[in-house]
Amino acid sequence: MSAPLGTGLMRAAWLVFERDVRLALRRWEQVSHPVVFFAMVATLFPLALSPEPALLRSIAPGVVWVAALLSSLLALDALFRADLEDGTLEQLLLSGQPLGWLLLSKTLAHWLLSGLPLVVTAPLIAVTFAVPAKAVGTLMTALFLGSGVLSFLGAVGAALTLGSRRSSVLLSLLVLPLAMPVLIFGARATDLAMHGQAANGPLLLLTALLILSLTLSPLAASAAVRISLE
Amino acid sequence: MAETAGAALEADNLHLWRGARHVLRGLSFRAVAAEALHLRGPNGCGKTSLLRTLAGFLWPEEGRLSWCGRAISADRDGFNAALAYLGHDNALKADLTARENITFATRLRHATSAADLSATLERLGVAAEADLPVRVLSAGQRRRVAMARIVLARASLWLLDEPFTNLDTDGIRDLSQIVAAHVAAGGIAILTAHADISLPGVPLRPLELT
Repeated sequence: MSAPLGTGLMRAAWLVFERDVRLALRRWEQVSHPVVFFAMVATLFPLALSPEPALLRSIAPGVVWVAALLSSLLALDALFRADLEDGTLEQLLLSGQPLGWLLLSKTLAHWLLSGLPLVVTAPLIAVTFAVPAKAVGTLMTALFLGSGVLSFLGAVGAALTLGSRRSSVLLSLLVLPLAMPVLIFGARATDLAMHGQAANGPLLLLTALLILSLTLSPLAASAAVRISLE
Repeated sequence: MAETAGAALEADNLHLWRGARHVLRGLSFRAVAAEALHLRGPNGCGKTSLLRTLAGFLWPEEGRLSWCGRAISADRDGFNAALAYLGHDNALKADLTARENITFATRLRHATSAADLSATLERLGVAAEADLPVRVLSAGQRRRVAMARIVLARASLWLLDEPFTNLDTDGIRDLSQIVAAHVAAGGIAILTAHADISLPGVPLRPLELT
């Protein structure tokens, strides 16, 4: 019995999405720091190993994906915590809109703000690692899909760890094992494309993971948020 | 104010535990339309816990909560639509302006006009600060903005946790009038306050917690 004059679902989702994007644009460092971190971690490998192009090319897929994974963890902790601390999360729960739906919208905003910058930065890293130009498109596609999965998996982890203070390490321990399939398929897709082979298989598996996590994560996250608010 | 006639919040034999503490011990009360309830009691007696239970954040171990004769667990969304909750936190984003904050909170519930928003901010005495980021507002001004959200929520049940905190004398007077007007129009208000307060023209029934 939601009020007949109440706000519709699409409108509610848009309001949440728009608010989160607006907040992020006012707090620009929240968006830029993980990207800088991504570039820095990737740069460490040539320094630590050897700057030889053949070696760099062979480790590039793994390096890019590990760096992307770590950088996405960095942005996760703030996903729901800021809203918990100022009380706006409680108000989302009382808004009369389905909480899972609003959290889905928040997570989509997070994907846009944390995943897309990685996708855009990745070609630069790829060039540094002497990755052939023909593989860059696949790398970006795979990162786009993979960062979505990481956002949705991370949303569940972030919601579960809301109740504990200093939770970023716990959050990493929860999310990293679940994120391994993303790492495997993402790096595999990039590797196949670099050798001029079709990367459809791993890309389709990434898409399947994305759909699975997009469908289930809001339900799990909303249940976890309700518990954290007790 | 949407269909408030006949509204009633009923608590029957509520028991709530917080860890090892038995906070609410068999509390029963009934609040009907056009009634204001003042929760009183020493610090730590469970005033906030009771309000959070009524808002549905905490689940009582025992007892029944009903709204208009129906258990609130049976119609969460309907109950939420009738409820406005002001907690200790103002639920305002520090980086958004006062207007953006309440526009978001209100539009999430129902459509509203910019004129309505401005009029409410004016009524709460924060019209001049409407386009400043909440970060730069004083604690009292933030409380007023948070209260504007409650007024705009078109809810019949107001749960207010220390609404007068940080308000100056004028603010306390304005807010008392606003709550009194809500109750006089057939709404229900349940609030906590340390100081003795009164609502102009509306009886404030005390509910002692021990």
